[in-house]
Amino acid sequence: MKSLKELRNHLRYKYLKLNRPRVSIGMGTCGIAAGAEKVKNEFISEIKKHGLDVEINITSCIGMCYREVNVEVDIPGKENVVYGDITPKKVERIVEQHIINGNPVIEWAEFQMLAEDGTSIHPIPDMEHTPYYHLQTREVSARCGRINPENIEEYIATGGYEGLENVLKQTPQEVINNLKRSGLRGRGGGGFPTGQKWQFTRDAKGEKKYIICNADEGDPGAFMDRSILEGDPHSIIEGMIIAGYAIGASEGYIYIRAEYPLAIKRLQIAINQAKEQRLLGYNILDSGFNFQIHIKVGAGAFVCGEETALINSIEGKRGMPRIRPPFPALKGLWQHPTNNNNVETYANVSLIFREGVEWYSSIGTDKSKGTKIFSLTGKIAKTGLAEVPMGTTLRQIIFDIGGGIKDGKKFKAVQIGGPSGGCLPEDLLDLPVDYDSLIEAGAMMGSGGLVVMDESTCMVDVARYFLKFTQSESCGKCTPCREGTTRMLEILERITAGKGKIEDLNLLERLARVMKTTSLCGLGQTAPNPVLSTLRYFRDEYLAHIEEKRCPSGVCSNLINYRIDPEKCVGCTACARVCPTGAISGTKKQPHVINTEICIKCGACMDACKFDAITRI
Amino acid sequence: MAGLAASFGSGAMTNSFKDIENTSLIFLIGSNPTEAHPVLALKMRKAIRNGAKLIVADPRRTEMADIADIWLPLIPGTDIPLLNGLMHIIIKEELWDKEFVKSKTENFEELIATVENYPPSEVAKITGVNEELLYQAARLYANTYEASICYTLGITEHVTGTNNVINIANLAMLTGHLGRKNVGVNPLRGQNNVQGACDMGSLPDVFPGYQKVFNKEARQKFSKAWGVELSDKVGLTIPEMFDDAVNGIIRGMYIMGEDPVLSDPDSNHVRKALENLDFLVVQDIFMNETARLADVILPASSFAEKDGTFTNSERRVQRVRKAIDPIGNSKPDWQIICELSSRMGYEMHYQSASEIFDEMASLTHIYAGMDYQRLDKNGLHWPCPTKDHPGTEVLHVGKFTKGKGVFIGIDHIPPAELPDEEYPYYLSTGRRFYHYNLTTQYSSSLSEYHPEELAMVNPKDAKRLGIKKGDKIKITSRRGEVITSFEITDRVTEGTIWMSFHYRDVPTNVLTNGVYDPVSHTGEYKVAAVKVEKI
Amino acid sequence: MSNVTLTIDGKQITVPEGTTVIQAAEKLGINIPALCYDPELSLSGSCRMCVVEIEGMNNLPTSCTTVVREGMNVKTKSAAVVESRKMILELLIADHPLDCMTCQKNGNCLLQQYAYEYDVKEISFQGIRHDYPIETDNPFIVRDMNKCINCGKCVRVCSEIQGRDVLNFAYRGFDTKITVDLDLTLAESDCIFCGSCVAVCPTGALLEKNMIGKGRSYEVKKVKTTCSFCAVGCNFDLNVKDGKVIGVTSNPTSAVNGKHLCVKGRFGHDYIHNPNRLTTPLIKKNGEFVEATWDEALNLVAEKFSEIKKEYGNESIGVLSSARCTNEENYLMQKFVRAVIGNNNIDHCART
Repeated sequence: MKSLKELRNHLRYKYLKLNRPRVSIGMGTCGIAAGAEKVKNEFISEIKKHGLDVEINITSCIGMCYREVNVEVDIPGKENVVYGDITPKKVERIVEQHIINGNPVIEWAEFQMLAEDGTSIHPIPDMEHTPYYHLQTREVSARCGRINPENIEEYIATGGYEGLENVLKQTPQEVINNLKRSGLRGRGGGGFPTGQKWQFTRDAKGEKKYIICNADEGDPGAFMDRSILEGDPHSIIEGMIIAGYAIGASEGYIYIRAEYPLAIKRLQIAINQAKEQRLLGYNILDSGFNFQIHIKVGAGAFVCGEETALINSIEGKRGMPRIRPPFPALKGLWQHPTNNNNVETYANVSLIFREGVEWYSSIGTDKSKGTKIFSLTGKIAKTGLAEVPMGTTLRQIIFDIGGGIKDGKKFKAVQIGGPSGGCLPEDLLDLPVDYDSLIEAGAMMGSGGLVVMDESTCMVDVARYFLKFTQSESCGKCTPCREGTTRMLEILERITAGKGKIEDLNLLERLARVMKTTSLCGLGQTAPNPVLSTLRYFRDEYLAHIEEKRCPSGVCSNLINYRIDPEKCVGCTACARVCPTGAISGTKKQPHVINTEICIKCGACMDACKFDAITRI
Repeated sequence: MAGLAASFGSGAMTNSFKDIENTSLIFLIGSNPTEAHPVLALKMRKAIRNGAKLIVADPRRTEMADIADIWLPLIPGTDIPLLNGLMHIIIKEELWDKEFVKSKTENFEELIATVENYPPSEVAKITGVNEELLYQAARLYANTYEASICYTLGITEHVTGTNNVINIANLAMLTGHLGRKNVGVNPLRGQNNVQGACDMGSLPDVFPGYQKVFNKEARQKFSKAWGVELSDKVGLTIPEMFDDAVNGIIRGMYIMGEDPVLSDPDSNHVRKALENLDFLVVQDIFMNETARLADVILPASSFAEKDGTFTNSERRVQRVRKAIDPIGNSKPDWQIICELSSRMGYEMHYQSASEIFDEMASLTHIYAGMDYQRLDKNGLHWPCPTKDHPGTEVLHVGKFTKGKGVFIGIDHIPPAELPDEEYPYYLSTGRRFYHYNLTTQYSSSLSEYHPEELAMVNPKDAKRLGIKKGDKIKITSRRGEVITSFEITDRVTEGTIWMSFHYRDVPTNVLTNGVYDPVSHTGEYKVAAVKVEKI
Repeated sequence: MSNVTLTIDGKQITVPEGTTVIQAAEKLGINIPALCYDPELSLSGSCRMCVVEIEGMNNLPTSCTTVVREGMNVKTKSAAVVESRKMILELLIADHPLDCMTCQKNGNCLLQQYAYEYDVKEISFQGIRHDYPIETDNPFIVRDMNKCINCGKCVRVCSEIQGRDVLNFAYRGFDTKITVDLDLTLAESDCIFCGSCVAVCPTGALLEKNMIGKGRSYEVKKVKTTCSFCAVGCNFDLNVKDGKVIGVTSNPTSAVNGKHLCVKGRFGHDYIHNPNRLTTPLIKKNGEFVEATWDEALNLVAEKFSEIKKEYGNESIGVLSSARCTNEENYLMQKFVRAVIGNNNIDHCART
């Protein structure tokens, strides 16, 4: 074990004391989608062109998905500067101005990391003082976007596997006791105390036990797990090894969806490298403890996020939930005691055992400890990942970090907790985000997806959208979920089509109650949540659809019509030219009219009109 | 039957189906239960799902062979050397049950002397089974405490049928797999009431309950009960009757519920015998091929039209209950026999099947404790000698029926007819899943689903013969020929043709060899030499 | 094993540890409705009909999967439970053909029975229904997936009892369907038509083809008997209507086989009414069979056998009895041979 410590010190030195400039390109899935590969190639050719000795490194997503491609330039002894929104065209100037001449391109810089001597470049803000990061506490995601996830040395240099070293000095039960004291709760949705869960599996009788990492992130709009998998895969592996040691398991599975190819690749690299360093496999760090990890690629069924369905899927069976009890802690994978946590939970575990229980439990609220990573999507100005201490309010996350609503529109609601969560209105924005407050408000933490909606969002349509998702993802095993989601969706479709009846609201509530109380697994039990929460906070929108046959947000196409104001129309024909169905007619320079029989309400005419002559009614 | 009786003193399944379901190892030899005993196959599959091991010895790659831990694909008719080879290994490796052999059996020396001559290397040559597999199978069977052997007609329908059975008994005695739960030697009987027909004395040498006709005491008992003098001379077996009919010694026959022209080997010989009779009576529910040769046909009722009992393979006597009145002018067989008997001067007047059963039980020790009331719910396993006896699921507990089990050394005798230049293929026969003997031809659904005979031909043979799916082939033996459709499948090994005998238009038994086992007089249905031609 | 005492609907009962709530209720004579539950199969907990209210539990747990605990207080008919069961029935019926009047399963259908018990008259949900083609391409089983309620008993029986795994769930959500192999028909698959799936199906989704239109379950007299084919000795019920055997159904009390049969036992007994059955004695005259009365035929046989005996001796007659006939008949036949013919020339096809 001495050797790992020595290695770490050596690596720390190596990576801290740069002897040549380094360019790190953010190559998470978001970065690559935004063109990071081209940016990287451009840097290579520019550097070659100038005959420079510069290291080109890759890293992952730092959380500013709204500003991809991100590039960090690191000059030995100087401040690191992180640029956002970099395209290949911008590379030449960065190379010439910043790398060769030492003058950062200030207008493209997002922030800087202060140099060791504390100097800074005016006027680039340092990271902690940017609007996006100043309320964040990047602990679990600290390495994301900063280290090369395909290089174990960078992980070790930044304190990686220190948690494991500490753990191997404790007895397994001490490890669990410490985890219990940390107050960590599962980051996958339910918020069950992790230490207690481990204890169940540890106490279960069985020769063989398993550790599972649920990396089947399936909520629409959630991508924090993917970001950790891509940005810091070793933190998950380390967490799993610790779990294996504490529980008495020698084998672990990472169940990950096939839609995450980059994460799978980086995990595999990480596993191989950990094996080479004897951090995985037989006799880990001479402790006598053996542990190995397999990757199981899933086909991307939402229900496989449910742990028993996930276990079935690993076993090669159809991903359908099993009856509980017996709980997986007693009879899980191949009927052996099995502990299952998600990606973010394991990443927290390595953090806890590196930094210590006391430090960890000082973060967060009374009952919800540590930080939580949220993915910000929807009508929010800054799409990305934000890690905040538990107890931060929704308003802080959405407005202070996320920059509020896009295009200056008005906030209407935030959907939290994925399809199983609920939609919260503006007057709940000051709710501190922790497990219990959210449940009380009719939502749930879920895995941490925040979908922000503005005034142009129809809440009935949102409920319909989520039901469509759960309906098509229902595994079909139990009656209330299989049939209930279908009928619930049909009712919502009727309402959004203007064919709803007032009795439908009662029927929805009755059906929701039965689904919640009688469904077999969490998918069915929580499927009605989007409906119940919108009914609770936005009932007026339902009533408008049913009683007035009107969609107040102008979303539900059956309930809206476009009209050309003959007073304002100049007959420029722009609308008629974009209309895909030829519904607009009129003579040039004469007011045009829309044939509502043919109109498909796509709104293209309204966007095309330069004279505000077209209105939606 | 005869084999087990020689070794143990009783010729039935030693254990029950429940024991097969609960055993740790099933050694299946010459048996294809998925097709011939489907519901028992379920129990075997259940045992296997619960962890039981499976050894299958069969020339065909049957479905059970597919799921077996060890499959021994032996050359047809080499069961004796195979078993001797296994016992050779078990004795050499000291895997045999010394306590059992010492206390419960006799004549062990003879077995040692015989199997000494069957070293695995030699056995591998004779049987075509890989030597290593022989070792694996021998060790697995001998080392498993609860191991059950099941066999069917693949063992008995050979000229060495009785010897095959005796050798199976030898193997089970050698390893002590007898006389307790979940072990045993279990002949899976073919037809629904073979066990019962034997129990009832429908055999030339025994009265009901296997009481020998030449035993004076037994004869006197029946004589007294029936009020007539009885013959002490062992009667003729089926093949002997046919031979004697050809020779003019048997002049009249009465055949109930059988169609020997289609179901007995060497049909042409059978036909000749029947045609030679002065008078033939056939009693059946259908106009079968034998009935066409009859002078009088008596229409019988099916099982749905009468009361009675069947005894299944595990010696469980169960009720048959009348559901409908006899079809047309037909009558239950028992009523016909009564009426005929009375007309021949011996009055039989039974009011019900139950009354017949009671008379039988009063004369048959193993059935003595049974009556319809007791059988009503779940039936009873014989022996059930008294009214308060619960029936017997496991035979030979404590000691063998005949006292000590007897080892009889058995040497290999090849099948009577082997392939040669003129008739280069083995022909083996049996039952199919979708049919049962000849009756199911009259089921419209089964006939619709499996309408014609499909002989099994190995792909290599098919290639050599230049035949493809949809062709017809002519199969010829020294005794006759048939024309049939076929399927090409590697479930049969190269050089072997497999056929069933369910179809009137493909009377397979024209081909089979009429030679029979000298003791049991069972025909060698499983091995004949044939040639195959494309037509 | 220790005992557990609990209260169900106000009545106390003590049962062995490990008993499920539905089993404990049964002991009290409380019948909890269930569509997917079969004591012989693994637990599925999927139909959710058997939900009950248990004090201290959040949701309504299924009584088939919930193991009793000391002091448990169970209500099997609370308002929430009844509302849920009604709703579940409504949900099932919303996608179920309402052709009970002509359905073969009428009177023997669990869905119908529960709909009656729970007074489900109007269906709140009007929407899409499945319109699967009815599968009739084999002579044994008719599969009407429109009537399937996805209870999965057929899947489990095929896998757990038959070990065949021909059936499984496919597709998701509302389109979830029990399929054969890769959504083939039974005839195209590895199915061996044992019909165990038919025996466990609670609705009219799986039916014996030969019985359709032949009689209602309540018109049929069931006679338990022993199979006439192989020597396993399965028992089953002959279904009789108007003096005709219209088919075979499982009888779960069968000692050897329980509910399970093979294709021959379940579907092969239509030979009983095959038109080619011999229905009258026949005497061959000039090479042709001529119908005769029983008296004529039996007198002729008696006369001929007596003649042969007289002329050639007792040993000149041989008799074949039958392994397909009953014990009683075999007994009588050997008695006839020994006592009347006067020899031991009796044998039967013991060897096939």
